[in-house]
Amino acid sequence: MIAAEGGDWALGAWEWVVRVTEWGTANWSYPGEPDRGIRPLVLEHMRLSYLSILIGLVIALPLGLACARWRPLYPPVLTGVNVLYSIPSIALFFLILPYTGFSDWTAIVPLSLYTLVILLPNVVDGLRQVPDHVRQAAVAMGFSPLRRLVAVETPVAVPVIIAGLRVASVATISMVSVASLVGLGGLGQLILSEGFRRQFDAPIVVGIVLVVLLAFVTDALLVLAQYLLTPWARGDGRRGRPRRGRTAATGTPTAAVPPAPEQRTAGER
Amino acid sequence: MPPGNTTRPPNGDDPAMITFEGAAKVYPDGTVAVAGLDLTVETAKTTVFVGPSGSGKTTSLRMINRMVEPTGGTVRIDGADIREQDPSRLRRSIGYVIQQAGLFPHRTVLDNIATVPLLLGWRRGKARARAAELMELVGLEPAQAKRYPHQLSGGQQQRVGVARALAADPPILLMDEPFSAVDPIVRTSLQDELIRLQRELNKTIVFVTHDIDEAVRLGDRIAVFRPGGELAQYDTPERLLAEPVDGFVESFIGYDRGVRRLSFFPASALSLREDVVFDDEDRVERALTTVGDGGEPWALVVDGDRLPMGWVSAAQLLREPTGVPLGTLELAPYGHTFDVGTDSLRAALDAAVLSPAGRAVGVDDEGRVVGVVSQEDLGAALWSVAE
Ligand SMILES: Nc1ncnc2c1ncn2[C@@H]1O[C@H](COP(=O)(O)OP(=O)(O)O)[C@@H](O)[C@H]1O
Ligand SMILES: [Mg+2]
Repeated sequence: MIAAEGGDWALGAWEWVVRVTEWGTANWSYPGEPDRGIRPLVLEHMRLSYLSILIGLVIALPLGLACARWRPLYPPVLTGVNVLYSIPSIALFFLILPYTGFSDWTAIVPLSLYTLVILLPNVVDGLRQVPDHVRQAAVAMGFSPLRRLVAVETPVAVPVIIAGLRVASVATISMVSVASLVGLGGLGQLILSEGFRRQFDAPIVVGIVLVVLLAFVTDALLVLAQYLLTPWARGDGRRGRPRRGRTAATGTPTAAVPPAPEQRTAGER
Repeated sequence: MPPGNTTRPPNGDDPAMITFEGAAKVYPDGTVAVAGLDLTVETAKTTVFVGPSGSGKTTSLRMINRMVEPTGGTVRIDGADIREQDPSRLRRSIGYVIQQAGLFPHRTVLDNIATVPLLLGWRRGKARARAAELMELVGLEPAQAKRYPHQLSGGQQQRVGVARALAADPPILLMDEPFSAVDPIVRTSLQDELIRLQRELNKTIVFVTHDIDEAVRLGDRIAVFRPGGELAQYDTPERLLAEPVDGFVESFIGYDRGVRRLSFFPASALSLREDVVFDDEDRVERALTTVGDGGEPWALVVDGDRLPMGWVSAAQLLREPTGVPLGTLELAPYGHTFDVGTDSLRAALDAAVLSPAGRAVGVDDEGRVVGVVSQEDLGAALWSVAE
């Protein structure tokens, strides 16, 4: 009796998986209509999230270098970044909509600003954790301050910076979906318009699975990048191991809504 | 100074290379790290700054390459005020070695060593060739060139640190407690290496340590710093140990300074006794002419090549029947020997203290016994040192 009930349940679950998968493959792409289907949404999702992360990194690097060089700069800059982060993403999308219209920038500008809250502290911490004797040696060898920053301190900070990129990219990939409220959002549109509006679960499930998959693949790519970029941190890993303990606590992969700023900077000082 | 003019012969008439003229450092928080230092560091010599922690040694050392700017006074290199030089360029002409080696973790051993040549604009190939040369000079295996610093032991890291400091052949080498973080055995071998290197290179070395033994071993001149950043005494090691200027220096160099001072007196001054040394084929009655009945308590037995075999006591000799060859007796180990030609009184005393017979065995450079020193003879030699 019980076994039969269990069997019924399993059979139901299986039918559901089959139905969702069929919907996914049927709607993957339409020949002759490049803008329809799931495939263009995946590409849009990748474009929006990767560009946001890249722009975030391009801003965080010089900003972090400056904050590490001129220490008094860091507290106000960090506060500014945290305040920006505390603005709900939906609000920010609608806020800049009048300026950017329905272009990619409406999603990219806020998303790249959000990545700063993770990337900036990582760049600064990465530079600060360069052992003092290494820094002193660089000074004593005759590195100018700028050259020291570029040739010694930044490379030594790479593992910590990549650890930050991993958290930021996962958070961004999941947050892109929210931009579907303003007509962007890649796979988010699958969830919002196809799913919620039509009260139909297959698009929602396909959307979630693809977002998680994208986050996972991106993370794996970053791990690979770190492996290739920092041959010196391999092996027993006594030195230069990314300090993931702290940064990992700053965001969870599936959290579309950011935790409060206090939480994200806990342990900062 | 361009790195070309670097190798100078050790020459007493050379101008003093580094001069501190009333150099002082008061940190913004009011700490007086160095209080008006007047000191001349001689060319091609090893000068050691020694003193307790916080006595301003590092601060004084860093004034030389402008990592610390004096708040008073002047530091000159070959007569020129160092403030006239751009700090980065000045530093490229001065080698620097620090305690934890300070190696760049992201660069291979070879590229670490090539750092300063590359900063000076050498081609990469030439810089690496020079780095490979230095690896050999400091006793690193070529196989270690492609390793990263964390894959090396502490002692190897320090060798890389020294090689890196020497890469552009700077006339001056600054070393801040370079061997403090390695274990004593490795430290001793690194000190020996430095002594050997210095014989070859004749750099002007300023070496900071808090260890008076290390200072005495390495220094041609020793500057003792006292808390508050004052120079307490600046002297040769011999004179420092013989005549500490005050109670602070005396207590800093420790109660065994008398014994330590014996390092500066050659063992060749000792008169060695040969009449208690016997061949292994000699008979018991022969040894008894000087030992036992003859008044001496111990006889040393040597083999046909005059290599030491061991001690036999007078009491044992008296128990043995006549006619027995000494080599067949049970002998007490002779302990360690001292080299009459090269060792110091300290080594002789050490050998005597550790010998079961209370006597030291003096050997030549091939290990053959020259003679033994009795306690009376050592005592007489120590007396003459004390005078
Ligand atoms: N940057 C600094 N600011 C304030 N005080 C310092 C600084 N660096 C060193 N000191 C102080 O100066 C004194 C001498 O330091 P240091 O030269 O490092 O001594 P040593 O090398 O002999 O141990 C110490 O009392 C130390 O605390
Ligand atoms: Mg010091």
